[in-house]
Amino acid sequence: MSPKTQERLLYLISPIGLIALWQLLLMAGIGDRRFVPAPSDIAWRYWQMVLSGELEKNTLVTLWRVLAGFFLGSVPGIAVGLLMAMFRPVRIFFDPLIASLFPIPKIALMPLLLLAFGFGDASKIALVVTAVFFPVVVNTYVGAANIERIYWDVAKNYGASQSVIFRRIVFFGALPMIFAGLRIALAVSFIVLVAAEFVATKAGLGYLIWNSWELLQVDVMFVGIVTVGVLGLIATVILAEIERKVIPWKTE
Amino acid sequence: MPMQRRGAAVEIAGLRREYLSGQGSIVAIDHVDLRVAPGEFLCIVGPSGCGKSTLLRILAGLDRQTAGTITVDAAGWAVENAMVFQDSGLFPWMSVETNVRFGLDTRGVPRKEADLRVEAALKLVGLTRFRNHYPHQLSGGMRQRSAIARAFVTDPGMLLMDEPFAALDAQNRVILQGELVRLWEQTGKTVIYITHSIEEALLMGDRTVIMTAHPGRIKQIINVPFPHPRDLLQLSASPEFGKLKLDIWRVLEEEVNRARAEMEK
Repeated sequence: MSPKTQERLLYLISPIGLIALWQLLLMAGIGDRRFVPAPSDIAWRYWQMVLSGELEKNTLVTLWRVLAGFFLGSVPGIAVGLLMAMFRPVRIFFDPLIASLFPIPKIALMPLLLLAFGFGDASKIALVVTAVFFPVVVNTYVGAANIERIYWDVAKNYGASQSVIFRRIVFFGALPMIFAGLRIALAVSFIVLVAAEFVATKAGLGYLIWNSWELLQVDVMFVGIVTVGVLGLIATVILAEIERKVIPWKTE
Repeated sequence: MPMQRRGAAVEIAGLRREYLSGQGSIVAIDHVDLRVAPGEFLCIVGPSGCGKSTLLRILAGLDRQTAGTITVDAAGWAVENAMVFQDSGLFPWMSVETNVRFGLDTRGVPRKEADLRVEAALKLVGLTRFRNHYPHQLSGGMRQRSAIARAFVTDPGMLLMDEPFAALDAQNRVILQGELVRLWEQTGKTVIYITHSIEEALLMGDRTVIMTAHPGRIKQIINVPFPHPRDLLQLSASPEFGKLKLDIWRVLEEEVNRARAEMEK
């Protein structure tokens, strides 16, 4: 067995082992299956919910809110971060806003956003936007501000205008850090959205989890949690793949 | 046979650059007077901290003098100067070709013309096959060739080179020195070349300016008597070259010792 294969096996042992142990304990009668369902119960419920279309419906709602919020938050985040690095007045303007607004737990804004945007998708998307914007803006700024001086010198010596410096130097120079920010933002957007869906909505994976708690359907609750995890994993893998494509110069 | 020389002419008068720091001000260069003829290959040598890079950065428009004037006569040249940096300064996110094209894009050179010029520049430095490579896929020597192509393609009146081969291994350095001298002999551009190697300066340049440190001043200007075109390998092995090098080392030895004594003070 090659060391690589050994590593892969080791990688799988802990989650599989945990699930197996969980199953065995419940089958041995330790624990109450009404409150703690066995992995097999969850799998069976999962399948039922796939067949009924209930899982698909709630997943799509959550996915749409995450993607819309992620996009609407990260694009201005990148733009503001780059402008802050290029223009001192922009930096001075945004610095205190970011310093004071970043630490606020975004979920605390939910009532305010409900007032502003109502009970529909808009308030959930707005919440994701606020959560995504800050890690993206800070990472973008740090990435752009730390571009090596020689690249600015070359650009200047070779007659580059501000707009060329912005589009061809600062943006690409900051790109690795921009992606670092996007990775954080992606995780954060799932975190705040699922929490937001606990209240004031009738759809989404967060709603599914909270509703099943109120009905004491613990197996459904687990289905919701597992689905969020799987979605996060898939989204992260896709983002990493995009990063590999758009940063071909990054050395492995 | 005298060669036809073209390129920008430069006149530097009373140049001074002072930096403000916590402990007052530091004079990087002072009283620098220098006249560079069109098409001249001028080398500037000096110990670290002699302000030679500062001088070059001012010429490149990347820094500003505190006092003094620089007059560049680059009439007839679309681009006054192009700089080649020590560690290439190629943008890592652009391919070799895109890097070489950069100075043409920024100046709005029409696409067709730019294509031809980039093609010629890549051929000049022998990188046509590597045009789609990214800088990190190239050796140090190839990166410096790309940087030289990026400078030449803009057809500047003068080339400003800041220790461009200092980071290369000895073998590559010798090869690139030869290539640069050949390029210069073909194009006749004015070259201002900074180095800390006297040998390199004497091998390549028409004149060598020796600078002293703290503050950076011109100590001596040496006319290098060897005619062009030069065969650098042959030249470096000749007794005349060895003699000249020795003479200059004597001058410099004194200077290096003085600088060291000052540092230890």
